[in-house]
Amino acid sequence: MKKMLVMGVSLFIIAAFFGVMALNLTFGSPTMTDMDDYFLRHGQEQTGSNNECTAVVFDFRGFDTLGESTVLFCGIIGVALMFRKMQGGEEYEDE
Amino acid sequence: MRMSRIVRTAADILYPAILIFGLYIVAHGHLTPGGGFQGGAVIATGGALVIVAYNYKEVTGWLKKNVLTGQEVTGLVGFIGVGLLALAFGQGFFFNYLVGSGSIFGIPVPYGINAGELNTAGTVPLMNFAVGIEVWGGLTVVILYMLSGLEKEGC
Repeated sequence: MKKMLVMGVSLFIIAAFFGVMALNLTFGSPTMTDMDDYFLRHGQEQTGSNNECTAVVFDFRGFDTLGESTVLFCGIIGVALMFRKMQGGEEYEDE
Repeated sequence: MRMSRIVRTAADILYPAILIFGLYIVAHGHLTPGGGFQGGAVIATGGALVIVAYNYKEVTGWLKKNVLTGQEVTGLVGFIGVGLLALAFGQGFFFNYLVGSGSIFGIPVPYGINAGELNTAGTVPLMNFAVGIEVWGGLTVVILYMLSGLEKEGC
């Protein structure tokens, strides 16, 4: 019973914390806009890409995409390893 | 277990269409919503459709894991290679050296709202293709591995 009480109180405190933070957010008017403005004004002429999202992902933030595809690669290697192990010692190479 | 003839015929008809749609999303990544990751995922769903509609053994006859893994590696290496090629032009890693150069993907783009020209954006479409090929091979091989458990149940 005591455990439940402690749990409930801490849950309430956490909820109040995040609730107050969420209510204080101002949507639609970010405080720092220099970077966004730069991307929106110069993205098209600097990358030649009409799609601003792709311009950011593949050009301005190319390193991020490199890490993303590396993570995908590592994940697929992990899946391949795991499912190969499942076959119980038998090599699971594709004839 | 093969599904019924109706499902198999539908998969036969739909698979090329899914392939073309996914490649369209990859190729138009710099003009319309989408890009390499999304297009590759669309193509991988086509692979999943064919695997489900046919027998696992029948599919692995022509959807080879070695080829798909090779695609995945080729995509990642190509992506890094396109980025590294900027060093040969005396620029930094991942610099967009092709934009506005007049060569492939190098037409100068008009500023502002325009209809969109496929032959623009420099290295962005090349990287889109590399990532698309990588995701295509990778996700399809993941689906193949995960459905390979079905083989033991006599499906």
